[in-house]
Amino acid sequence: MSALAIPDFSLVVLIGATGSGKSSFAAKHFKPTEVVSSDRCRGLVSDDETDQSVSADAFDLMRTMIEKRLKHRRLAVVDATNVRAADRRSWIELARRWHALPVAIVVDPGISVCIERNRLRSDRPFGGDVVKRMASEIRRGLRGLQREGFRRVWQLDGEVAIDAATVTRQPLWTDRRADSGPFDIIGDVHGCADELQQLLTALGYEVTWSGEGVERAVSVRAGHGRKVVFVGDLVDRGPKVPDALRIAMSMAEAGTAYVVQGNHERKLGRWLEGRKVVVAHGLQNSIDQLAVEGEGLRKALPDFLQSLRSHYWLDGGRLAVAHAGLKEEMIGRGSGAVREFSLYGETTGEIDEFGLPVRADWAANYRGDTAIVYGHTPVPRVQWVNNTLCVDTGCVFGGKLTALRWPEKTVVEVPALQVWSEPLRPLAPVGPERSAQALADDLLDMEDVTGRRSIDTELRGRVVIAEENASAALEAMSRFAIAPQWLVYLPPTMSPSETSSAEGWLERPEEAFAHFRERGVVQIVCEEKHMGSRAVIALCRSARAAASRFDARNGEIGAIWTRTGRAFFDAATTEGLLARLHTAAEKAGLWDELATDWVLLDAEIMPWSAKARTLIDSQYAPVAASAEAGLAAAQDALARAGANGAPVATLATRFGDRRHRAALYGKAWAPYVWPVAGLDDLKVAPFHVLASEDRVWFDRDHAWHMGWSDKLTGTGQPSLAATRWRSVELADAAACGAAIAWWEELTEGGGEGMVVKPLAFIARGTKGLVQPALKVRGREYLRIIYGPEYDAPEHLTRLRARGLGGKRALALREFALGHEGLKRFVARAPLRRVHECVFGVLALESEPIDPRL
Amino acid sequence: MYLSLATTHRPATDLGFLLHKNPVRLHETALTFGKAFLFYPEVSVERCEAALVLDVDPIELVRGKGRADGLLDQYVNDRPYAASSFLSVALGRVLGTAMAGNSRERPDLAATALPLEAAVTPVSGGEALIRGLFEPLGWNVSVDVLPADYATLRLSGTARLQALLNHLYVLIPVLDNDKHYWVGEDEVTKLLKRGEGWLETHPARETIVGRYLKHRRGLARQALERLVPETEKEADGRDERLTREDAIEIPLRLNDQRLEAVVEALRAARARKIADLGCGEGKLLQRLLRERWIESLVGVDASTLSLDRAQRRLKLDLASGPSLGRVRLLHGALTYRDKRWEEADAAALVEVIEHLDSDRLPALEQIVFGIARPKTAVVTTPNADYNVLFPNLPPGELRHPDHRFEWTRAQFHGWAEEVGRAHGYGLAFGEIGSRHEAFGAPTQMAVFSREAA
Repeated sequence: MSALAIPDFSLVVLIGATGSGKSSFAAKHFKPTEVVSSDRCRGLVSDDETDQSVSADAFDLMRTMIEKRLKHRRLAVVDATNVRAADRRSWIELARRWHALPVAIVVDPGISVCIERNRLRSDRPFGGDVVKRMASEIRRGLRGLQREGFRRVWQLDGEVAIDAATVTRQPLWTDRRADSGPFDIIGDVHGCADELQQLLTALGYEVTWSGEGVERAVSVRAGHGRKVVFVGDLVDRGPKVPDALRIAMSMAEAGTAYVVQGNHERKLGRWLEGRKVVVAHGLQNSIDQLAVEGEGLRKALPDFLQSLRSHYWLDGGRLAVAHAGLKEEMIGRGSGAVREFSLYGETTGEIDEFGLPVRADWAANYRGDTAIVYGHTPVPRVQWVNNTLCVDTGCVFGGKLTALRWPEKTVVEVPALQVWSEPLRPLAPVGPERSAQALADDLLDMEDVTGRRSIDTELRGRVVIAEENASAALEAMSRFAIAPQWLVYLPPTMSPSETSSAEGWLERPEEAFAHFRERGVVQIVCEEKHMGSRAVIALCRSARAAASRFDARNGEIGAIWTRTGRAFFDAATTEGLLARLHTAAEKAGLWDELATDWVLLDAEIMPWSAKARTLIDSQYAPVAASAEAGLAAAQDALARAGANGAPVATLATRFGDRRHRAALYGKAWAPYVWPVAGLDDLKVAPFHVLASEDRVWFDRDHAWHMGWSDKLTGTGQPSLAATRWRSVELADAAACGAAIAWWEELTEGGGEGMVVKPLAFIARGTKGLVQPALKVRGREYLRIIYGPEYDAPEHLTRLRARGLGGKRALALREFALGHEGLKRFVARAPLRRVHECVFGVLALESEPIDPRL
Repeated sequence: MYLSLATTHRPATDLGFLLHKNPVRLHETALTFGKAFLFYPEVSVERCEAALVLDVDPIELVRGKGRADGLLDQYVNDRPYAASSFLSVALGRVLGTAMAGNSRERPDLAATALPLEAAVTPVSGGEALIRGLFEPLGWNVSVDVLPADYATLRLSGTARLQALLNHLYVLIPVLDNDKHYWVGEDEVTKLLKRGEGWLETHPARETIVGRYLKHRRGLARQALERLVPETEKEADGRDERLTREDAIEIPLRLNDQRLEAVVEALRAARARKIADLGCGEGKLLQRLLRERWIESLVGVDASTLSLDRAQRRLKLDLASGPSLGRVRLLHGALTYRDKRWEEADAAALVEVIEHLDSDRLPALEQIVFGIARPKTAVVTTPNADYNVLFPNLPPGELRHPDHRFEWTRAQFHGWAEEVGRAHGYGLAFGEIGSRHEAFGAPTQMAVFSREAA
């Protein structure tokens, strides 16, 4: 009885003549979804499983289906005769392309059985000759199967063996996802055993040596239950290669360490096997030191080196460790390419079609969710780049030996005792140059923003951006928005309150209060709504802070952008305004109190006309002028006609009323328009402190945020405008009444209205996330939005039928995306991870929603 | 919007017969976009005046008809108030018989020139245009200027009522220009019918046709051809407007020279797979398609509108278009890495870099020269030194409102050399267009050639 131990990620190629029982074998041992059959594919393309004339298309289909499974790291079984080596070659190539192990199972019940089965099947027109030819071809190829590239070959001869065979699945050697550590991942040791011992001690391991010479041995106790992962290159170059090996080998033996293979281990192993290798790059050190060491180490070493894996996949798939790095599509897979890449990274001499080395920097292009920790290339300091970290800090070259603690992600380092080996290339100086992440971030990829996107947010789960919305945002983002390094947030849209049923009104505070009350909100804040333009302000304490946090390159200390991501002002105005805000922040003690050297503010900037002058001149003002001209002429003509006795009295009243409303419209925007000659004419009203170093301030309530607004505007800096606000208990009828009266007073005085928010920045109610804010706009202000005559009774009744659902769903999705983007930003996630959230908000804004809401 | 018609013919009250509207009544007509009212402010033997007033429903305007186009989907606008095609539609509906030149009661009078007056308010277009449109038709014109560039138009003169009505029918939308909501093939027929007898000889007929047909050159040409069959053919009859940049540069036929220069540079570099980065409406691609030595073309642009136009220009959607796969259009932006075009051996960036903010240029440099690394890259951009020579470009202004910068030759050379040094490219510079001794040519070009490793 054969037990077939198959890697749980592999491409299983069945080989057998027609009638050999491959399909039954496959059905018995594999899931139906795992098996891709040529007969089935013939049927899918032609309705006839035996139609040999469609074989080419059927095989295309097979290949596509299998490829998709392999791409998703799923085992696949090829159920076809696979008689000739040429038939099998394409499967091996496909397996290699997706780094799956190809394995072969030859099913051979004997020719007579095959012939008999074919005879019994009416739909199989194969005669005995065909079966014989197939069987002999298979037999001829049997011995070459390993050489063809199959990692394992099983041959099942005879019906008894076929029936008795069992199939078990084995995880790949590299797949240690079940082990969650915790781990200490140690960089390239290169024989620096003393530093290694110091580092292990610092990490809480107890290292005990015993014996001398041949007997020399070490035991490392991991009392705290942690495990070490060595990134490879234990050997060569350094002073104590044998001791370094002893530590790693004894820990591996004891199950307290994983060791991945480094290129130096590979070469040493080949030398030990007696193969011809160029002795260079410190290999001689290892050879010499091993020569004087005892038999014990020399004897165990080849097996140890042989046992080293290309990489390990750990902690539920969250972590992978390889010597020189790993591409996302290689994690937890096996192929020659995976091993080569793990050992040498990218400078293996891959050549492009022009004869140049492939330059793509795998870490800069890495997009995976699995963190990759690696070594191989000495770096002056460890820096996360796109969820990858190089922990080789060049100990042997006089740098440091570094360990990353996982899952804590903290770094423990010990300095080199001395320079043990002169580096070929000097280690790059540690300086204030741009971070590795910033360099990698220069490259946003179309793949990061286009197509149908889904972004997981903490506040609202998965937010899906439709492909057409993403497409619509591309032009706006690429041509008009400010540099993505600054553009880390866009504000969400805001819905109005439910439509008021009160005679003559479209919006009133009562509905906003009721909205929140019904959702279980107890306390709200009412903030004066300034009629200007929404702005997001990034303000840094110094140009240096701006450079380090926002990768600012031109000495600027901040940026101001609109709700669509465009620069709000020209460079000079921005600079001037930021300087004033900077002074206010200093005076208000913001930097120290928030322990930060940068801050992101949400604000309204006035006057409206500063941003909307063209809109006013080209759209709003002409309405007033044309309405007055036409209605005045009509009114005059009607008056004359009436005086002549024409029956126009009703019409005259109507036109008089229309003219009156048009006149009110003409006055409605006057409070929001004033000439801007300089900075003094601009007013900035901040109302949210969105984020600062290590913090997203969405966990503080609006009283806290408005407290900062008051503090900043209270400094008396010019260009800063205060925002009136009040906190209201929704159960307190008197307080609600007072807030309504306040709103009436604000709007009668020409104010736009107010914004009503739950006191908590993020409020959850009985039905989930509550709207972060609702606007309640004043009656006169709404003329600008809905037109001069919107409140005429015959119009208002129709305008009341407005659906708010779409707008509100959008507001919540954008709110969640904005919060997610900020969280990622303060956690120093790669720019593309922040940018996809910002891009998502802009994309959602392309949804067709009634712009009057 | 308001229109009045008056006569001082004796008896002036015959106006009621001419208009087929009884002067003592209020006439109400329902229209798709609201209501029209006609009544008489003045009724006497000496002078009779009829007023046509529209009450456009602003809510329906937003909800219903014509929402897809331009201004009408911006909710607050002057459509309910300004004299526009709505007024023409109302004229046709309310006074159709009079517009056809018929009168049951006074047929002779309808065929006779009478002393007439008309007032329309508010109209746009400016006094010069108003006079240029109405004076050649024999009207005395007076214009009262109103705020926001509106005006009240008053006409007086002696003419048949039908002529006055048809003049107003056509010319009110012309003054209103491109704001009206309809433009379709049958507009040409309507225009020709209402313009019969006067439009073909009107000195401003091209303006009238162009504006009436909302600047759609295709339709306008069709109308002009039917109006005056010998109208000269335009070189390029495509549906597009002239940009200001074209208008400034047109005397030079600069665009054609630019394309030729780029094609020659690509040919000389033996490029086979070419990526036109920022392909716009596909003019370069169209030109390159003619070249046999090119294997494949890919055009990349951030604007879907431009790509749609390029698709039409290149006939990609037609069976008669280029063979499958020879040209691909991609929606992409040059500040995002894009593997879809990286296999190209040459990249053309024709009048593209100046449309990017200068702080975004490093990303483009990295993506084109650092990552894609085509063998050849051809970059053209305006030469700012030359700008002083454009008669219609005010000093200090850029040639196109979307240009973020225009570089002098020194700036461009400095940038190109820096990029070349950083990424291992050799450089050759060229000039495109007629060359001035001191200021060079209007367009400058750099050809980057990747150096052997």
